Amino acid sequence: MKLPEAAGLLLAFIARLITGAQGHWYGCPPKAEQRIYFANHQSHFDWVLLWAALPRDLRAATRPIAARDYWAASPLKHWITREIFNAVYVSRQRTDDEDPLEPLMEALRSGDSLVIFPEGTRGHAADPAPFKSGLYALAAAFPDVQLIPAWIDNVQRVMPKGEVVPVPILCTVTFGAPVALQAGEERRTFLDRARRAVIALRSVA
Amino acid sequence: MLDLRALSVTQQVGLLFVTIFGLLTLTSLVALSRTLRERTAAQQETYWRFRRDLRAVWAGTLLFWISWASGAFVSTLVFGLLSFLALREFVTLTHTRRGDHRSLLLAFFIVLPAQYVLVATRLFNAFTVFIPVYVFLAIPVVSALGNDPNRFLERTAKIQWGIMVCVYGMSHAPALLLLDLPNYAERGAFLVLYLVIVVAVAQLAQEAASRKLRRRPVARAISRSFSWHAWGIGVGVAAGVGMLLFWTTPFDPFAALAMGGVAGGAGTLGEFVMKALKRDAGVRSWSGQPSITGAVGLLDRAAPLCFAAPVFFHSVRWYFGV
Repeated sequence: MKLPEAAGLLLAFIARLITGAQGHWYGCPPKAEQRIYFANHQSHFDWVLLWAALPRDLRAATRPIAARDYWAASPLKHWITREIFNAVYVSRQRTDDEDPLEPLMEALRSGDSLVIFPEGTRGHAADPAPFKSGLYALAAAFPDVQLIPAWIDNVQRVMPKGEVVPVPILCTVTFGAPVALQAGEERRTFLDRARRAVIALRSVA
Repeated sequence: MLDLRALSVTQQVGLLFVTIFGLLTLTSLVALSRTLRERTAAQQETYWRFRRDLRAVWAGTLLFWISWASGAFVSTLVFGLLSFLALREFVTLTHTRRGDHRSLLLAFFIVLPAQYVLVATRLFNAFTVFIPVYVFLAIPVVSALGNDPNRFLERTAKIQWGIMVCVYGMSHAPALLLLDLPNYAERGAFLVLYLVIVVAVAQLAQEAASRKLRRRPVARAISRSFSWHAWGIGVGVAAGVGMLLFWTTPFDPFAALAMGGVAGGAGTLGEFVMKALKRDAGVRSWSGQPSITGAVGLLDRAAPLCFAAPVFFHSVRWYFGV
């Protein structure tokens, strides 16, 4: 076993020990096929939580997206995201000649699974913010890749609004049935449908 | 046997652990040597399952060794931590609502530590009634104060039940360590090991029997393998093994036989109940793949012990009239 693999196992173990990360598979089995998981985004730990809730054989092929200017800045951050998580780096500064989704497309072309948070940023409202269009572009470009909605239940459950003491962290990730882009479906319609699929998982969980 | 009895208690326990670790190392080495051979997918699956179980046995034995080697205080702490993790897994599986927040806090931060403090201070009478009497009242009161009548009974019952299994049941294992029995001082570790071995043997025997016999299951919707016949075989084998181990316990052989049977039977029934709970919680299987992944597995492994420990503990106390 190499160091990154061992560090990954240790990290997943710690994440499971502390957060109790459980994956609840309602609409699809935990299976090693090419997928894009899209989820609500509320805290910095969302990615680690989702990753730790995946079975070990799925973790290796499922990659997060990391902002290059932040996650490649120091050697340690770079090592963690590159070696343990095998992150896909994107640059936040937009240049004219470069498609910001190109690194994601590249990863999907090579057969990897991705985890994306289509809200674009962390939300603090009860419902997730409207989805950005990246999900639509990926769905249109890769019709064979399954799009799996996921609801990450942490902040809500650990500490409801108005309470002071958190319950010992009980985080769950609920995975729903795949959402597919229909023929001729509008961008906005699809994005709203995908967002509703994520929100619907909240009542299941 | 007589020579063994001549050794001091510490030496005996040490010998027991050396034997167990020796057996485990041997099993692991054999398992490792068999990975070198080529196998079919089905064999591979069986092997992975076996390796997971073996790893759990290793972890369990190491835990017992650590808790025995470092004394009653640390072992109570270790069991308290296990209890905490099991209760958390239980609460994650059952669906709680916002109004349950305070009850959950009560369960995790007050009931659980208090129960283990009662164990550590050997207040066995208070420890026996604390959860069934006082917490039984406190939890619904706190839940009612949460001002949410929706599914009230269901929610409080779930929390109460989780506390009973994960905290009350589990806390009887360290209580065994601390029980003062006539002519049996400082040897509680043997009792805990006796309990664990007997329960594990009952489970294994029942599983093997149900696979061999293929009787009609009693409750198909809950478990496809549970039949009274297989359960009886599990109890019988546990009783037999219990009797063979009588020299590690304060019992005479017949009492050891009965204790083994009682503990083994309670453990396997507890396992059966846990299966029903998981069905209720919506845990199912996607063609062999369990629908819950991540931080799971502790509750399954701890449940038989949680159900068997209180029964065993009170049987021991009645037997000695302490």
